Amino acid sequence: MTTPIISLKNLTKEFEVKRQVVRAVDDVSLDIAPGEVVCLVGESGCGKTTTGKMVAGLLAPSSGAILFKGTDIRELKGSAWKQFRLGVQLIHQDPYASLNSSQTIYQILSAPLLRHGLVRGEAAARARAIELLELVNLTPAADLIIKYPHQLSGGQRQRVSIARALTVNPSFLVADEAVASVDMSIRISLLNTLTALKHKMGLGVLFITHDLALAKFFAWEGRIGVMYLGRMVELAPARTLIDHPQHPYTKALLSAIPEPDMEGVKRRERILLRSEDIPSLLKLPPGCAFHPRCPAFEGERCAALTPVLTHFKDGTAVACHPVGEQKLQAER
Amino acid sequence: MPQTPTLSVRNLGIEYKAKRGFVKAARDVNFDIMPGEALALIGESGSGKTTIGTGLIRLLPSNARITSGQIVYRRHTLVNGQPGAVEREIDVRKLDQDGLRKFRWKECAMVFQGSMNAFNPVLRVADQFADTAKAHDGPQGRALDERGKHLLSLVRLDPNRVWKAYPHELSGGMRQRVLIALSLLLEPQLLILDEPTTALDVLTQRSVIDVLRELRAALKFSMIFISHDLALASELVDRMATYYAGAIVEIGDTRSMFNQSRHPYTGGLLRSLPTLESEHDSLASIPGSPPDLIDLPNGCKFHARCAHAQAKCSQTEPAVEELGDRHEVKCHYWREIASARAERADPHRP
Repeated sequence: MTTPIISLKNLTKEFEVKRQVVRAVDDVSLDIAPGEVVCLVGESGCGKTTTGKMVAGLLAPSSGAILFKGTDIRELKGSAWKQFRLGVQLIHQDPYASLNSSQTIYQILSAPLLRHGLVRGEAAARARAIELLELVNLTPAADLIIKYPHQLSGGQRQRVSIARALTVNPSFLVADEAVASVDMSIRISLLNTLTALKHKMGLGVLFITHDLALAKFFAWEGRIGVMYLGRMVELAPARTLIDHPQHPYTKALLSAIPEPDMEGVKRRERILLRSEDIPSLLKLPPGCAFHPRCPAFEGERCAALTPVLTHFKDGTAVACHPVGEQKLQAER
Repeated sequence: MPQTPTLSVRNLGIEYKAKRGFVKAARDVNFDIMPGEALALIGESGSGKTTIGTGLIRLLPSNARITSGQIVYRRHTLVNGQPGAVEREIDVRKLDQDGLRKFRWKECAMVFQGSMNAFNPVLRVADQFADTAKAHDGPQGRALDERGKHLLSLVRLDPNRVWKAYPHELSGGMRQRVLIALSLLLEPQLLILDEPTTALDVLTQRSVIDVLRELRAALKFSMIFISHDLALASELVDRMATYYAGAIVEIGDTRSMFNQSRHPYTGGLLRSLPTLESEHDSLASIPGSPPDLIDLPNGCKFHARCAHAQAKCSQTEPAVEELGDRHEVKCHYWREIASARAERADPHRP
């Protein structure tokens, strides 16, 4: 097996809020192969963005480790650290906030190119910037390069921020809600651009979103991980996870997504939770954090023991006592 | 159903004054809403859909004005929960300040997007209800308590816990439900909801949608649901209108908008919508971006992004065509597009 480009080992992140410790990410482990797409899905507060920031090297984990091409990033020094920081690039959610409004598109794109010595001289930087804009399907590139961000539409701006991430030839992208701020009608083409780039450049992608339908579309060939209150509760190939969800939380999420249903034949059974309120990270329930809401709650074991993410032979992984038990029995 | 509509909007035009010129947020907008009916107004950001909502209750900012048209609201008597005769007819554009105060909330209420901003942070929920009741001549004292708590239980909240709570003590989903309950305090017959679930998580959004469905079944009000999300709207409304560059381009009942949409923009929106069931290659974006509302193109405003556009489309704006069954479309070539599609679906048809 090839060395994963990114490997998360029991990753945990704690913050101090009002003198209390909040565990935003709890014991998350995940291997991402070069060129692979993994979508992290969950509701607000589930730790998906914090995980993304740690992968991009912007936050240090409280415990656990992140391996880049097999090496713990804490051991990276000097040029090796720089290689990691250049190799992993982040695409932010809001292109209105993430692009400097007083710089032209040329300035935005040429700064990293020149700073890291990827091109020599203004003319070469201009040529490369145009090339990058064409790569993200932003044309006519030669006209757009002299514009300022406010002269572009939201979708065009997000393409600029993708192009900026590509200036330093990364091998891995972290895209945090990268299409959430653009209109529905242009999301698909933005995602198609990302997918084309992934194929062309062999990029691995960690795509963070709250939208499962979008995750299914983008991670078509990859995997989806579902997070709940800091922990990964299910991880499986995208289509398997959508068509045969196993964790009760994943099932509940899927059944809650609005779907046009013109023939009146809902395929998905509606799942009612035992409680509608999501617990606070400051007061997490003991055992499985989902147990106060879980329709498959089985008493003591769920309320006392935290289930760990268990990998099964069919390529799926679930953190749930009853589901895990059934699967283990089936495997025997 | 020989009924008079709860709301009739005719030739409505709304403009904003900006530095570069006039932003035409609504141009010749026409629609009716029958008693108890729900209409979704679907559009992208900047299409002007929120302006319609605020325009209907004359809550536009000072740089905007209604340039043309008519807004007529009719309150119906309720006989055994069924709408009966017209009790009162109000020409909304002719209302003075006092008339507006009586119209808003009592006849027509609006729920806005950010629930946190809609509350006074230092008032308990009970006081927010009392304030509203006082401003619009609503119930007081015991009657207010009873009505308020009843509404809270209708939106699936525990009245004993929520009635005395401050807004910050409630989660986003709970606040949004309190806001919906509050909007119904004075028994309006028309409720306008502007992206009421946009800031909410999937599971919270689900409970808000379910609550709205239950309320509509119980209280029989009419509703305008403003949203960018076709899938979400399809679960709630009877009719849908797609709104593009300040105008309704297609309107019809929800089923025909999904199964027999005639406008290329509606079709484009449907194809750009990823759902759990959709196949990977069935999805496509609409190319290009919406036009500048200050400097609108000639002809059909969608022609630059339309795959079916021909010379005529960039010259004359199509008129509204009635396809029967209250389905209307604004497109020169809807017939050709529809028959081409039918042929693709069944190539052996004679």
